[in-house]
Amino acid sequence: MSTNYEDRQRGGGGGGYDSDDDQDRRPMGGRGQGRRMHRRRVCRFCIDKVDLIDFKDVRLLLNYLPERGKILPRRISGNCATHQRMLAEAIKRARNIALLPYTTD
Amino acid sequence: MSNNKRQYEVVFIVDPTTDDEVPKLTESFTQIVTDQGGTITKSEVMGKRQLAYEILHHKDGTFVLLEIEGSGREIAELERRMRVNDRVLRYITVRVDEDRRRAEKLKARRARKAAKRPTRGHGSSARRGPAMEFAESGGE
Repeated sequence: MSTNYEDRQRGGGGGGYDSDDDQDRRPMGGRGQGRRMHRRRVCRFCIDKVDLIDFKDVRLLLNYLPERGKILPRRISGNCATHQRMLAEAIKRARNIALLPYTTD
Repeated sequence: MSNNKRQYEVVFIVDPTTDDEVPKLTESFTQIVTDQGGTITKSEVMGKRQLAYEILHHKDGTFVLLEIEGSGREIAELERRMRVNDRVLRYITVRVDEDRRRAEKLKARRARKAAKRPTRGHGSSARRGPAMEFAESGGE
């Protein structure tokens, strides 16, 4: 039961969009060498049992803010919906009081 | 909950060039809140740090955190005062009691689940071997 779950997670993980992972998995034969193997889709916050994301915790929030300053999408971070929502809210609050940038260029 | 008071976190940024005024400013804000019937549960100067973007041509500011408990009226007054004050570059008020209560609830639920888990965990894995079914059948 655990292996089956793992497979599904990996297949969707690297591709970015769910639609294309079915298509290019087949021609390649071996499922996702290299570029799609490494991404484990697990919610960090669920593992750490976080119930509340503080908008003042800049160090934590910066992990989910790539160079451009946009909020890292959940298809990449692997966050669950609940925690992604909390995270997005916290980032937006932090932006408001200039703890985090709206944009960087 | 024991009381119906709302809890707020107020963070405001003070112009760092007037850094020595921070205690005085905080004191006056505290006064405003208590006058309106609220209580300050925490007052902390988070220190001077660089702003992520310029606000009124300031590149850095002193961050102050206040935790306030009250009805909400003192927040209105406090925000009005901060808006008028030139020293305050920016402020944000977040109501935290609801989120904290929710977090508390989740925590309690997790604790309850953890307490229950041993029996359930064995139950689901029992179908792997017939030998185990005897041992675990009581749980199902």
